Amino acid sequence: MATAPMLPKLVGQRVKRREDPRLIQGRGTYVDDIALVGMQHVVFKRSDVAHGRIRAIDTTAAAAMDGVEAVFTGADIAKILPPMPIGTPFPSPEHRAVAVDTVRFGGEPVAVVVARDRYVARDAADAITVEIDPLPAVVDVEQAMTGKPTVIHPDFANNLAVALVPGGTGVTPDGKVDDSAIDAAFAKAEVVISQRMVNHRLAPSAIEPRGVVAHYEPGKGTMTIWSSTQNPHILRTFIAALNGLGQDQVRAIAPEVGGGFGAKINIYAEEYVCSAISKALGIPVKWNEDRTEAFVATTHGRDIIGYVDLAAKRDGTLLGLKMRLIADIGAYNMLLTAAIPTLTQMMANATYNIPAIRTTLTEVFTNKTPTDAYRGAGRPEATYFVERAMDMLARELKMDPAELRRKNFIQPHQFPFATQSGAVYDSGDYAKALDLALKKANWEQLKRERDAARAEGRLVGLGLSMYVEVCGLGPSAALPTGGWEHAQVTVERDGRISATTGASPHGQGNETTFAQMLADQFGVPIEHVTILHGDTGVVKQGIGTFGSRSQAVGGTAIHLAGSKVKAKMGKFAAAMMEASEEDLVFENGTIAVKGAPASAKPFAAIAAYAYVPVPLPPGMEPGLSDEAFWEPANNTYPFGCHISMLEIDRQTGEPTLLKLVAVDDAGNLINPLIVEGQIHGGLAQGIGQAMIEEVVYSEDGQLLTGSFMDYALPRAIDFPRFELDATVTPTPVNPLGAKGVGEAGTLGSTPCVVSAAVDALSEFGVKHVDMMLRPEKLWRVIQGGRS
Amino acid sequence: MAKIALTVNGKRRAADVEPRLLLAHFLREHLRLTGTHVGCDTTQCGACTVLIDGRSAKSCTIFAVQADGAEITTIEGLAADGKLHPLQEAFWQEHGLQCGFCTPGMIMTAVALLAQNPAPSEREIREGIAGNFCRCTGYQHIVNAIQYASSKSAPVR
Repeated sequence: MATAPMLPKLVGQRVKRREDPRLIQGRGTYVDDIALVGMQHVVFKRSDVAHGRIRAIDTTAAAAMDGVEAVFTGADIAKILPPMPIGTPFPSPEHRAVAVDTVRFGGEPVAVVVARDRYVARDAADAITVEIDPLPAVVDVEQAMTGKPTVIHPDFANNLAVALVPGGTGVTPDGKVDDSAIDAAFAKAEVVISQRMVNHRLAPSAIEPRGVVAHYEPGKGTMTIWSSTQNPHILRTFIAALNGLGQDQVRAIAPEVGGGFGAKINIYAEEYVCSAISKALGIPVKWNEDRTEAFVATTHGRDIIGYVDLAAKRDGTLLGLKMRLIADIGAYNMLLTAAIPTLTQMMANATYNIPAIRTTLTEVFTNKTPTDAYRGAGRPEATYFVERAMDMLARELKMDPAELRRKNFIQPHQFPFATQSGAVYDSGDYAKALDLALKKANWEQLKRERDAARAEGRLVGLGLSMYVEVCGLGPSAALPTGGWEHAQVTVERDGRISATTGASPHGQGNETTFAQMLADQFGVPIEHVTILHGDTGVVKQGIGTFGSRSQAVGGTAIHLAGSKVKAKMGKFAAAMMEASEEDLVFENGTIAVKGAPASAKPFAAIAAYAYVPVPLPPGMEPGLSDEAFWEPANNTYPFGCHISMLEIDRQTGEPTLLKLVAVDDAGNLINPLIVEGQIHGGLAQGIGQAMIEEVVYSEDGQLLTGSFMDYALPRAIDFPRFELDATVTPTPVNPLGAKGVGEAGTLGSTPCVVSAAVDALSEFGVKHVDMMLRPEKLWRVIQGGRS
Repeated sequence: MAKIALTVNGKRRAADVEPRLLLAHFLREHLRLTGTHVGCDTTQCGACTVLIDGRSAKSCTIFAVQADGAEITTIEGLAADGKLHPLQEAFWQEHGLQCGFCTPGMIMTAVALLAQNPAPSEREIREGIAGNFCRCTGYQHIVNAIQYASSKSAPVR
């Protein structure tokens, strides 16, 4: 008998992605690539003022145009679509998908056109005349809190969406606050760092804009909706509810999705409107977002002010932290809007032993595009506030920023660690990550290089940041959607394996990583494994991809479903081979009795037997398919250390990032190649925020950064070559030991780059500079102004 | 309407189009070559990059009528005889893509870049793709992919 070549173990290997052959040949199918017979195109007419009362809309000319199928005003849409729901337990004003009488941000939809093609639909939208009586607009969040000059939603006095949520030491679950510990901590302080910091507004900017195809079939009474979404099952839930359909009557499909970064979690007005219009007209319709439209219609990220006070002893021992947070959430609550800043509160403890913490959170409406999740979603904000304060403390105490952090780390023996801000960290070894980063960056040498450059009159600085984030979301108690993920694994009759996952990827490479796991588990070639996702008609249940949860939660569900099927297959094999199932090994495309390779039966032969089981082993059902719902008992808490070196041109103020070292600990890694890609992408976004990206509004609420000509998306020339390394501290939360990595890069990079800029400007006595590092702002500091 | 005739991926195509029809939309919707993507409306992102008479061009900023008589290569026309183009191979090998949306335009730009400069420095590569946005990769693996293709010194069309 010929010996087949041994199959290598794949988990932990840099396996090339299985998604790529179609994508590098232009054969992926994104939403805008879908064309259905009879499909018409939808274009939204949007408000060009930030706040006002709609006096009149004239759609006559548009409706009369050749090729126009229908025109809907907000009042028309309100007849077929209830107000949009949110996904958090916070109070929320009524939010109509298309404004009925009042517009509250520039870009809010006011009418909808359905036409033969996108050109005709655009012409028709242009032919609609809208008369709006302007109201005062408010874009400054602290101005908005005064209730002047306008209150955006009548039931929310002073524009307070969430008046005040306390968190930290001495806060009970029912919201009672005991300040004695935090007051005592600050009373003992030998040094207090106090700084207002702005973590500004960003446009997520997936390169694929959003898109929807909705197809209601009146004969069947069912709806199919394709959308560029991160979570088709959540989409199905909401589309069904708002269209008066059951979840069994709606099929939601996320085809190839061209990036999400958190902004494709929300269920949007355009998705609801397209589904309702398709149902009303009985025809398939498509909407595809223009980029200019995306800047106003897709949720923004971050936009939170932190008033941070950090109390310490002069030897650097931390005593207490106060963080007063004011979040600018824009004009409406969206799916997760109100919950995002609560994650900033939750992660205020960072990587340190801080005896007392007090956070407060206020969320405020302004006349801007609503905010929601953006890569990192609440955790980069916490990291930024704490790590910038730590940097300021190190500067004040003339301590090395690394040593200040080391002095205060939560120690390995303290895990699981219940933080002062309500998290239970699963595992960690922060000094290990710090030490590796210092070694990788050659920290002492870097300091000498910096000092040598300064001696030449150059403005060069170093920045260092630790981070810990919350990933693998999470128990159902923490997620209104449910905190589990689902998988179904089937060994088909021919011995090939198909598996479904509710983790719906948009670039994460789950088709590869999950197949690596199953190939190892069953001892079969990876080519024999297919991972199916993104279609509620195929994937029975799911939550979706956000909060760096695909691997930790979705991957574990795959593993557990695979284990069930493998156990059953072992029973069939044992019956066929007259062996004990405990003695069987699955390897090399066979199932064999341990130590007796001649006993090996082809994997496919056992599979075939399971589907035509003659004889049927006693007590067994035919077939090889099973599912798992995996609900973790806790989140996971990856961590790391980022170090940067940055130079500022003394003449122009232009900053250049010279070096970025990132050491990340995401627990066990399934595919280090994919993990590196995730970290690179996160770093680019974190650095982008620090250095060049910023959403800017005029005082009257006009978006000034409404296209890629005005909003600086990072390009290849904006970055040095990133230098990565990793420590591995597995999580005990799941059997894979994997923590998650999708957002990590955005956490440490932003504060470490800003700290490097402050360090570069230290000769000017600067303690803090707000992002982004606009050359003009830095130039003013150099010219003697203070930031 | 205007009559145009052009060659796309080696195939002669004739069509009657609106003068305002963008080349990107002609390729995507009339020829159903949907590998060419549209990611912005201001010629920044480069997802729509194709080769026109061998030079890279952003097809969202060219009317189809302006391409009358031209020879166009899209991402679908890059692999020949069932064999991936060296840059396609390189993007796969070096994990030069995640969501894949910018990838066709990025690869077409890289094809033109290596045709002009077969052995670019890292700086030249980063400058060469500065007209193409990628939000997923941070560009490092894309740079690696172009270096990989360059070092293979395969004949680059």
